[in-house]
Amino acid sequence: MGNSNSKDGSSLEDFGIEYASAVESTSLVNIKDKYGLFIDGNFVESSSGKSFKTLDPSTEKPLSVVTEASSDDVDRAVRAASVSYEKYWKKMPGADRARYLFRIARHLQERAREFAVLETLDGGKPIKESRDVDLPLAAAHFFYHAGWADKLEYAFPQRKLEPHGVVGQIIPWNFPLLMAAWKLAPALACGNTVVLKPAETTPLTALLLAEVIRDVDLPPGVVNIVTGAGKTGSAIVEHPEVNKLAFTGSTEVGKLIQRSAVRRNLPLTLELGGKAPHVIFEDAALDQAIEGVINGIFFNQGHVCCAGSRLLVQESIADNFIDRLQKRIELLRVGNPLDKNTDIGAINSQAQLERIDQLVKAGIEEGAEVFKPSCSLPENGYWYPPTVLTGVQQSHRVAREEIFGPVLVVQTFRTPEEALEKANNTPYGLSAGVWTEKGSLIHWMTERLRAGVIWANTFNKFDPTSPFGGYKESGFGREGGMHGLAAYLKNSGGRS
Amino acid sequence: MSTSNITFRETGSSIKVTPVDEVSLEARAASLATRSIKTNSKRAALHLAIRCMDLTTLEGADTPEKVASLCQKAKRPDPSNHDVPSVAAVCIYPEMVHHAVEATKGSNVKVASVAGAFPSGLSTIEARTADIADAVKRGADEIDIVLNRSAFLAGDEQRAFEEIVASKDACGKAHLKVILEVGELGSYDKIRQASMLAMAAGADFIKTSTGKISQASSLPRVLCMAEAVRDFAQQTNISVGIKAAGGIRTAKQAWHYLVVIGETLGTEWLSPEMFRIGASSLLNDVLLQLKRLDSGSYSGPDYVTVD
Amino acid sequence: MTGKIPIAKTYKLFIDGAFPRSESGRTFSVNDTEGELIANVSQASRKDFREAVRAARAAQLPWASRTAYNRGQILYRVAEMLESRKTEFVELLKSIGVNSRSAAREIEDSIQRWVWYAGWSDKYSQILGSVNPVSGPYFNFTVPEPTGVVGIIAPTEPSMLGLISRLAPAIVSGNTVVVVSEGHSSLTSVTIGEVLATSDVPAGVVNILTGDQTDLLPWMVGHLDVNAVDISGISPETDPALLEEAASNVKRVISRQVNEESLELISDFLEMKTVWHPIGR
Repeated sequence: MGNSNSKDGSSLEDFGIEYASAVESTSLVNIKDKYGLFIDGNFVESSSGKSFKTLDPSTEKPLSVVTEASSDDVDRAVRAASVSYEKYWKKMPGADRARYLFRIARHLQERAREFAVLETLDGGKPIKESRDVDLPLAAAHFFYHAGWADKLEYAFPQRKLEPHGVVGQIIPWNFPLLMAAWKLAPALACGNTVVLKPAETTPLTALLLAEVIRDVDLPPGVVNIVTGAGKTGSAIVEHPEVNKLAFTGSTEVGKLIQRSAVRRNLPLTLELGGKAPHVIFEDAALDQAIEGVINGIFFNQGHVCCAGSRLLVQESIADNFIDRLQKRIELLRVGNPLDKNTDIGAINSQAQLERIDQLVKAGIEEGAEVFKPSCSLPENGYWYPPTVLTGVQQSHRVAREEIFGPVLVVQTFRTPEEALEKANNTPYGLSAGVWTEKGSLIHWMTERLRAGVIWANTFNKFDPTSPFGGYKESGFGREGGMHGLAAYLKNSGGRS
Repeated sequence: MSTSNITFRETGSSIKVTPVDEVSLEARAASLATRSIKTNSKRAALHLAIRCMDLTTLEGADTPEKVASLCQKAKRPDPSNHDVPSVAAVCIYPEMVHHAVEATKGSNVKVASVAGAFPSGLSTIEARTADIADAVKRGADEIDIVLNRSAFLAGDEQRAFEEIVASKDACGKAHLKVILEVGELGSYDKIRQASMLAMAAGADFIKTSTGKISQASSLPRVLCMAEAVRDFAQQTNISVGIKAAGGIRTAKQAWHYLVVIGETLGTEWLSPEMFRIGASSLLNDVLLQLKRLDSGSYSGPDYVTVD
Repeated sequence: MTGKIPIAKTYKLFIDGAFPRSESGRTFSVNDTEGELIANVSQASRKDFREAVRAARAAQLPWASRTAYNRGQILYRVAEMLESRKTEFVELLKSIGVNSRSAAREIEDSIQRWVWYAGWSDKYSQILGSVNPVSGPYFNFTVPEPTGVVGIIAPTEPSMLGLISRLAPAIVSGNTVVVVSEGHSSLTSVTIGEVLATSDVPAGVVNILTGDQTDLLPWMVGHLDVNAVDISGISPETDPALLEEAASNVKRVISRQVNEESLELISDFLEMKTVWHPIGR
């Protein structure tokens, strides 16, 4: 993949200087031919004998074969978690639970590069993201929550705290290991045992994490990892001995899970989709706002529930801003996810690529103008160039539906009131961004934006101490921070 | 005139200045510094760095011999390898200009002189313009003056602006570089405002530092200036050059600057006409890296000349 | 001589600060323990529910935008009004079968509970919010905000303390509510509505519908402009499948003991908002 050329032909390559294809070595990753299910401390076969392939989405080459957990297998996992809860975890002092979590964090740090390469291979995200974001944050989540395990009474004073018991957790494919960390760390810190299902297109880092869990001698059955698709997930959701569910994924599936949980009065946390407004006022630090917008929508190919996918730019600067944005997009490097210089990697799956393509086409049919940079895409694998749709109206599908890809829609506004009205005019409410140098306007906007995470003069920042989660159809419950613990304790005051 | 209302000298049109967010700016600079370069492009990059280099000596103890030695190094950085290009310029005090002109005769190396009560700028504008005119008369191709930070930081932007205008007039045909002394300005907002003010007043180049204070050039500061240069070009169609000076010692640092300039401003700026690196010790590190490329093994300081 | 024949109260709905009859024109009768008719109570329809949600939505932002101190003052004013109508409430509860000792106790407890929540208005965000020590040059804080429009199924037993216990924690933070109350408890609910109407609580903040829980529950649970439903008061016979439509807009579904008093109940009706801002020059 070459560097893309801007319109005036200015790129370092034209000048005889090329960025290296600095490809991270895959030699430190040892991918097995086949993976079993991690149940009760061991990798086991499925009772059904079914399995499926997991691919490298940047080449479409198969990486490994992964076991598909049947409902019998899920039952085995839940039982293991249940037995383990009674036998070990419930009785273990918080300080000892903490030690296991600290150990997991350390192992993740020690094997960070191996995990990062595997994450990039299995999911298609750029190595610089898996290396600099996913892995450090995953380790940090275990560290942060480890410290809570013996201090829960300080988080929720004067309350009789009790874990739920067996927790079922279902995670998505966009941040496979990081989402596993977000789910496992607080659940374990609060004293629950877990059955976790990674997404079917990205199971490998969760399975490597299972090895780490075994290596740190976590008692068998405390964490069980079952691989599979929707059927496996619904076996977890419907299992009568699962006492709490936590799901991160699409709003569509989240609603199905809520239907099931609400019928049984089962504690539930949901972290679902989004269509985040990213509001740029005319007095903003424009060059940094451009970076914020780029990061907001193209981070992880836009496969981010909190992606800043709706750009709302003040009309007085709109033409200039969009022009700058397009020039900046020309500099993005799309290609081999293992290349350290790559900004945008592969789309996670064929299905997701089709969905992105279909929505963009719908946008064009509805009258949006499309901008794509002049970069070329690899022949094999799933790719979509960074794309900007302008001339988008509030009623267009692309302005309302989550695209979950590197596609930004642009609208304009004239006043703060109009910005706010458009920003909030969505059933989602996960995140929002606002850029202005005027402090009082920041507060005016952040107070009124209906979203769980507001990034002011920044975007897509995450931290284990910072609660994350949505308003409205983006879900409920928080992950991270003291508030995230509430989801894993009865009577803690959190919506659980 | 104020920092939010700068008037372009040539046309009288007003120049917009954009605010800067420190955290995001620094993050962008750091991310550009992670770009890696192809091995077979490294030589081109290192040659470019040399061609954009201003070899500098600005000591009270400078002598004609010292300047002659510097000029020799400037013309032929690696006596053993004629493929290595000469540097862009030597940068010296006005008293040394005619020695440098003599020593660089017949080469492409330009002579740049600091002038105008360098490094503080705190003497009368008459004395400073006389100093500039003198350096030009001695044969300097380029004049490096300082922004009047005293006036600029006190809110008298008008005065700072007019002094640059007067300095530019005193330069005649010589190129004017305006040193912002970014380490004294206190914020990226001020760096951006000072950049715009200097360009609007007629600077051919804006330069980071005098090298006389510890806070000198840094990648985010140059990124901040490059963004100002890009904005100025967009608003006036005039391309102003950038010089990064102070604290740049390694080939890797020089490469990072090239990436920042290339990605922010494009290739038009990747030439000695539009981009300079002011340095004294950088050249030898670049030469060592070139030797390493040629021989495949690491070289040592005994194999490059100390000048 | 006139004045011998008592003037009975008409029990109507409480929507947007007014007391309309149901648009359906229907009523249901509530008898006392002796079987004597106390009142014909308005039976709310789905259209009444829709109007109530509309009123609650319109009132929500203005209510949430009041200062916490002001909301606390208004809620305290409600307690004063409850206190002044104690006798009326005791009589009312007695008429629907609560013995006089329990009735007196229930009123006292209700007033105390209301005062307790009133005092939380400018404190819960200090307890539930946080400043988060993120790794990086960012100021990061979390503040609680009201969820929005809340549907409440009023507990039938105890009718007064039950509704007070559900209502106060919901509105103290700036939510607005639509209450559905049925049977005997309707009388208590409407009378509480009358107290609210005379206590500076802005119109639309609390809307009270009387009628059939099972009729109205699906409309409440399925309404896309209702953000949360408090089902603590639903009858144990309710088919849980009726609740599934809560997922249509990912409603928060809250189920607690009807008679609880705790800070957690306030947080049930809150969303946590986290804000990031860089720290720089």
